Amino acid sequence: MCRDDRYAGANLVEAAMSAPTAGNVTPLEWEDMQALLRFGFKHLTQASFLLLRVKDRDAARVWLAAAPVTSAVTSKPRPSTALQVALTSDGLRALGVTPDIVEGFSNEFIAGMSSDPGRARRLGDVAASDPSHWTWGTTKHVPHVLLMLYATPETLDGFQQSIQAQFGVGFEELACLETSAVGSKEPFGFEDGISQPKPDWDRERPVCDQEQYAYSNLSCLGEFLLGYPNEYGGYTDRPLLDPQRNGAPILPRAEDAPEKADLGRNGSYLVMRQLSQDVHGFWRYLDQQAGGDAALRERLAASMVGRTRDGEPLVGRTNEVIAGNATKPEGDLNAFTYQSDPQGLRCPLGAHIRRSNPRNADLPPGDPGLVSRLIRTLGFDAEALDNDRVASTRFHRLLRRGRKYGGQVTPEQVLIGAPADGESGLHFICLGANIARQFEFVQGAWIAGTKFDGLDGEGDPLLGHRQPGPDGTRTDVYSIPDPNGPDRRLMALPSFVTVRGGAYFFLPGIRALRYLATAG
Amino acid sequence: MTPQSQFMVVATIAARWELGLRLVLGTMNAEPGIADPRNVLLPFGEFDRLHYARLVILEDATLGDIAAHGLPTPSFQKYLVFMGDCDGPASEMLADLSQRADVGLRKIFGHCDDFGAQSDVLTWMMARDMPVAVNYVNWLGRTVRQIKQESALQRVLSAKVPREAIQQTAPGVTAQQVRRDLIAFVDVERRAGRLTLTPPEPTPFAWLLAKLFHLIAIPLVGLIALPLIIVLLPFVVILLRKREKSDPEIYPRPDPQALQELRELEDHDVTNQFSSVGSVKPGLFRRWLLTVVLLLTDYACRHIFNRGHLGRVQTIHFARWVFIDNKARMVFASSYDGGHEAYMDDFVNKVAWGLNLVFSNGIGWPRTDWLIKRGARFEQRFKYFQRRHHIPSQVWYKAYPGLTLTDLKRNQHIREGLECAAMTDTQALTWLRLL
Repeated sequence: MCRDDRYAGANLVEAAMSAPTAGNVTPLEWEDMQALLRFGFKHLTQASFLLLRVKDRDAARVWLAAAPVTSAVTSKPRPSTALQVALTSDGLRALGVTPDIVEGFSNEFIAGMSSDPGRARRLGDVAASDPSHWTWGTTKHVPHVLLMLYATPETLDGFQQSIQAQFGVGFEELACLETSAVGSKEPFGFEDGISQPKPDWDRERPVCDQEQYAYSNLSCLGEFLLGYPNEYGGYTDRPLLDPQRNGAPILPRAEDAPEKADLGRNGSYLVMRQLSQDVHGFWRYLDQQAGGDAALRERLAASMVGRTRDGEPLVGRTNEVIAGNATKPEGDLNAFTYQSDPQGLRCPLGAHIRRSNPRNADLPPGDPGLVSRLIRTLGFDAEALDNDRVASTRFHRLLRRGRKYGGQVTPEQVLIGAPADGESGLHFICLGANIARQFEFVQGAWIAGTKFDGLDGEGDPLLGHRQPGPDGTRTDVYSIPDPNGPDRRLMALPSFVTVRGGAYFFLPGIRALRYLATAG
Repeated sequence: MTPQSQFMVVATIAARWELGLRLVLGTMNAEPGIADPRNVLLPFGEFDRLHYARLVILEDATLGDIAAHGLPTPSFQKYLVFMGDCDGPASEMLADLSQRADVGLRKIFGHCDDFGAQSDVLTWMMARDMPVAVNYVNWLGRTVRQIKQESALQRVLSAKVPREAIQQTAPGVTAQQVRRDLIAFVDVERRAGRLTLTPPEPTPFAWLLAKLFHLIAIPLVGLIALPLIIVLLPFVVILLRKREKSDPEIYPRPDPQALQELRELEDHDVTNQFSSVGSVKPGLFRRWLLTVVLLLTDYACRHIFNRGHLGRVQTIHFARWVFIDNKARMVFASSYDGGHEAYMDDFVNKVAWGLNLVFSNGIGWPRTDWLIKRGARFEQRFKYFQRRHHIPSQVWYKAYPGLTLTDLKRNQHIREGLECAAMTDTQALTWLRLL
């Protein structure tokens, strides 16, 4: 099988030969990880996200050096409040972190989400979602620091006030993004957050580069945590420092380069986007398409999402045993792949959940024999090629930690003409070790891409921007494959989701946070 | 069937004219790097046999990498490279270009140091047209005219096909009936001159003969040389393994500014361009190995991989590998569907073995095992290497914006189904579902 020692390591192969392998693992440093990596804080139903800019560098550093950040260590009873801290590259610079350290982070993080028109094109941030319209996240409105406050209903206000009092000298508040109480439904009314990758906390997966022939929900730690091996058996680049450097001795050593201090270890990148959802527009459009037929309206909505409002997958519960899922597939809303529905007859190819997680493996399905694998690898199996238009899922997973905001209305309320109760939507948050390969790829190629899986010009039914293609062809379409004829098509889809702001953050390990606040 | 061909004119830029050249090239674009098909200098859109074309200022920031092999940095001048993919012989395409865009071409090539006012543009271009080591064509015989006509057909049919009727309101209507109606509709449109479907032209006999000869000759030569190959193989393997263990790897992070420059040119269409340059590892072993590998790749592309896929990759329209500077360097250029990150992921996840075969003979490539293992599978190293050797294409033209290879293939099937004499109900239904 795979020889761990040969494949590990990114920079120094020799040094990496001692990288931990299954059965030879140093215990995870929960106390150095921010809790968000491990938990979604569902029991802390209230949250608010504070976007800060540095006002007084020294005071800001003093506060960050001792900020009461919640670690991933479990405690009983569970805490009633939690604080998480993340920083943008602008923030690192504003805090006086030296340029050579900032340059050690990924290009996407350094440049930022709103930095150039090319990125906006790739991410589909055009028209109403163009960064020039954002309420935060561009030019002078790029946050330096993100504080994420989680609390029980009774404690949020007091907790927020005390934190605000603490950082007040060092920071000014750019915005306070409020959220609504945790409930399982997102604003359009669908059960949300059902599918999540499972980080391989026990480090069961061997450190190696090996083709995977089945979809797995278990992701190598390095997909979400910097400083650990990823799905390729390599380490994602992050700042590695001279351990003798001022302050650096507090940092952990790099697994793949033990002579270096690892600033990334136990940290992650955090992508945040404020997505405003037009709930009224969504249900009114569907009602109109369904000619007022409530059951049809519901079916159309479900086909756009790929699940019913209760979360039932349209492809059906195929009860597949999938690594990383609940051990009993019965009753598990994630025990399925799309392998039995290659034409999208049960779940349309362009459905939101099929785009954002295609649940495929490295090779298109076929006979497990060596010969068949070779034929498929060389591309000589026409049927396999037809099922090979979507990239392998395991390199493009997102650990989602979003919270919704605004009031909740039901479709029925919308359709009897209940007025919109302010704006509602999602503070989309995801964690990942590689912004380009994870968030930007999923958002660009799978969500905004109008040619996903061979489709003829249409974006994601929920998130698509609907702008015409380069040849002027429309993309405001949604195709629902039909076994008895040509695709049924929803036409003139309005845009239901508008981006209001966004930024790329670094969610540091706790030692790294202290280092960034004190060194340099 | 009309075979596709390519040209690649390489000329030295006069140092003093470089800035002027950049400005001139800039005037040809509608968006950064994207040619205006009606630009005055080279109105690409008027040439209906031209699939893709690009003008690239070939500048190599990685020349110094050879120091890792203990050799001094060679000094190559900057080149202007004019590439194109066309239907029919490239010589005819170049003749056509020089005839109809003489003034524009003179203005562009006037920045090269050996182009004189008296030069005949065609003769000059032909003299600088570099032979390619490998030319990849996604679908041999698919012409620009066919692509455009079939795309128009697909749009018309897709808008015309009764979607609800079959599904709900009229269950009595058979797929065959719907198909017959559509065929009748297309006939009317064709007679009215609103749709054209030109039948393919006969395959040129000389081309067919040459292809057949190549198909047989290469294996034949291989067969004759087999005893020699068997004797040499162990030595080749020993020499290869020795080099694989010691060849330096060079993959620093690409310069952010260079990266930004490349990104500005990307994602204006569903297809993107990729141009790159690198040096071949010094020494005869790598040079010969690369020559043999490319010879075999060329064979595979000519006779096997010309029906929609290169290995598992189905997103490359055209690609070419070209030696320059007496095999000291190699140029690779392609046009592919999707974003650059997806393109790189395809390379890593689907055809790393194929990339390793060729590119591990280039200076700095991530370490390989047995010529096909590892190498590009070092994701991060590969991505840095790839971007670092990536050079901007100042002007890039695509004849059919908005269309991917999946679209082209589907449209082709739609036309085939339309022209197919008889179909069963199931076949007719499958055909309808393409619309």
